Amino acid sequence: MPDVLTPVLTKRFATDQPWRIENYERLDGYSALRKALTLAPDEIITMVVDSNLRGRGGAGFPTGMKWKFIPQDNPKPKYVVVNADEGEPGTCRDLPLMMNDPHSMIEGIIIACYAVRAEHAFVYIRGEAIHAIRRVTAAVREATASGYLGEKILGSDFNCRITVHGGAGAYICGEETALLDSLEGRRGQPRLKPPFPATNGVYDSPTVVNNVGTLASVPYIVLGGADWYKALGPEGSPGTSIYSLSGRVKNPGQYEAPMGTTLRELIELAGGMSRGKPLKFWTPGGASCPLLTAEHLDLPLDFDSVAKAGSMNGTSAVMIFDEDDSVVQAVLKWTQFYEHESCGKCTPCREGTYWYGQILERIWHGGGREEDIDTLLDLSDNILGRSFCALGDGATSCISSSIKYFRDDYLALINKPALAGAAS
Amino acid sequence: MSTPFGATPAGARPDNFRTTVVPLERPGDPSVFSEQVRADAAEIISRYPEGQARSALLPMLHLVQSEQGYVTPDGIAFCADVIGITKAQVAAVATFYTMYKRKPTGEYLVSVCTNTLCGVLGGDDIYKALSDALGVGMNETTADGKVTLEHAECLAACDYAPVVTVNYEFFDNQSVESANDLVQRLQGGERPQPSRGAPLCSFREIERQIAGFFAEEDLGLDTVSGGFGTEIGVRLANGRGDSAPAYSNVTPAQASAPPPADSPRPTSAHDAPLTTASSDPANAAGPGGPEASSDNEKGAGA
Repeated sequence: MPDVLTPVLTKRFATDQPWRIENYERLDGYSALRKALTLAPDEIITMVVDSNLRGRGGAGFPTGMKWKFIPQDNPKPKYVVVNADEGEPGTCRDLPLMMNDPHSMIEGIIIACYAVRAEHAFVYIRGEAIHAIRRVTAAVREATASGYLGEKILGSDFNCRITVHGGAGAYICGEETALLDSLEGRRGQPRLKPPFPATNGVYDSPTVVNNVGTLASVPYIVLGGADWYKALGPEGSPGTSIYSLSGRVKNPGQYEAPMGTTLRELIELAGGMSRGKPLKFWTPGGASCPLLTAEHLDLPLDFDSVAKAGSMNGTSAVMIFDEDDSVVQAVLKWTQFYEHESCGKCTPCREGTYWYGQILERIWHGGGREEDIDTLLDLSDNILGRSFCALGDGATSCISSSIKYFRDDYLALINKPALAGAAS
Repeated sequence: MSTPFGATPAGARPDNFRTTVVPLERPGDPSVFSEQVRADAAEIISRYPEGQARSALLPMLHLVQSEQGYVTPDGIAFCADVIGITKAQVAAVATFYTMYKRKPTGEYLVSVCTNTLCGVLGGDDIYKALSDALGVGMNETTADGKVTLEHAECLAACDYAPVVTVNYEFFDNQSVESANDLVQRLQGGERPQPSRGAPLCSFREIERQIAGFFAEEDLGLDTVSGGFGTEIGVRLANGRGDSAPAYSNVTPAQASAPPPADSPRPTSAHDAPLTTASSDPANAAGPGGPEASSDNEKGAGA
């Protein structure tokens, strides 16, 4: 049995200024790059494929496959783009990673560039995260000064540069093709897929788009090997997961444990429920994943188990709410988020989230009707699977799942309008 | 705002994000920006591949905002002029993103997260208290030009909820009292130290940083990176003696030398809260570090 907590990505967090390159180097830093440069690019791709590393950005797509899809016979330059546009409600994992250990991500980027034969990478960081933009910029400067970036890296023939790119406040830019449009200086609106970024990405060139945590995992895979990495987690969900616990627990924060850890174990690690009240509802991976309840306390939190339970592992952002929290209020706020962040490109999402908002506000403020619940579900049917990208689908998650598990809470509000109005 | 159901009370202040306006009342004059700004704009373009100048647009809008405090018709005309696209194309982008302000912004942009987690844990109360205390609503600025208030969507700091940012620098674990105190100090001319990141600066100065212009002293390498929540998992692991299984195949040459025990640099401002383990650089290498080899039997059968 592995230990309960298995820090890999977070292992340097509590050490002496781990973001400084000299401290990073002292703790294994850039030794994976040295090793990688002794291997052929295809050997590294094979290693990442064999590790079965799955993307940490939410979808869990196999990273090695993404790298393998890059057409090497395409004469255009190849690019690596890092999705550091963290903003999924509940998700607070990439910013601490970039703040505390930016070089692990940068080392992963350089190895990824070497593997897919790219010479230029972009780190798209959400604009509000100026502290992370600053920290990653400093790390890029340090890495360049130390010869890990630039021309003829560590005596090889490999050149690589990293551009840090700040966004401007749009959740939709976390969607990979919207991010690419934004990086090209356009409104961040998703592109039709296919073609996928692997063949037609930024500047219509072959592009790998990976999440921060995904790339930060790469140096460990290179050092430890695919088998070591795979054995960190259960079959199908290899590696560790940084569980970001927030809400009604005593000690919210980042807990890195094997994929497949349960909420019961996580709550115990976090010191229990903060108000001593029982758990009521929670998200396993951010606001776009259907809500779960106390009956799911022992569900292994990995990609496949969570999917079987009708939700998604997503970003492993675990938001925890207790008996005194209103599920309708939580759903209203998430919905207002999606309404605000809908890019407006497709009708189901743009109009659907607007009407979601109207109806939920009405229910919350005491003007709801019983048929509103059916209208919400009907809207979900018209948004889910009919939206241009996953934002619209994600907006339906909390609504449909909350009605599934907590229909009575909606009815109670609808039938007790005066109380609800007073509570808002 | 319109209330199709008549059920939502319409506030006197523009608290709702649905009310947005686009003031583009005049054509804009790109020549109001100095040669230095033009040189800065060229530097931004140089960060991107040859022939891809348009990629510079988002940082460049931050740059013009840092000059004028918001995105003006002049700023739009300037970006169009430098990049060689139309003003309509620039305006389409400028009006899409929340961080480009369409009205003059105060010295301090105070953003209160009112998304679900922060909102439920106190962010809603904080926003209302600040709005009442300052006498301003969403995207409005106090008469002295000091503070612009907004409520923000998820700021990716749910482990420190509820959070308030000032010019995007985080003030973690806020309450109505602490947020009121924070804003009063800002209005009184103080610049309180954020919970993580670099010292506070003005809205215009931070916009210049977001555009990618950092002096060495802006980089804040000696400031705190995160707090209790960021480090809690790894500290707990150290206290429990938990670790990931050691690498099965290699011991990197560089992994050996541990840092001196009495490091001259501060480790973290948040060393205190946990009694289980102190920062332990010698063990931090975890997998692959020589000290982890005794854990071999725990691990990975590989």
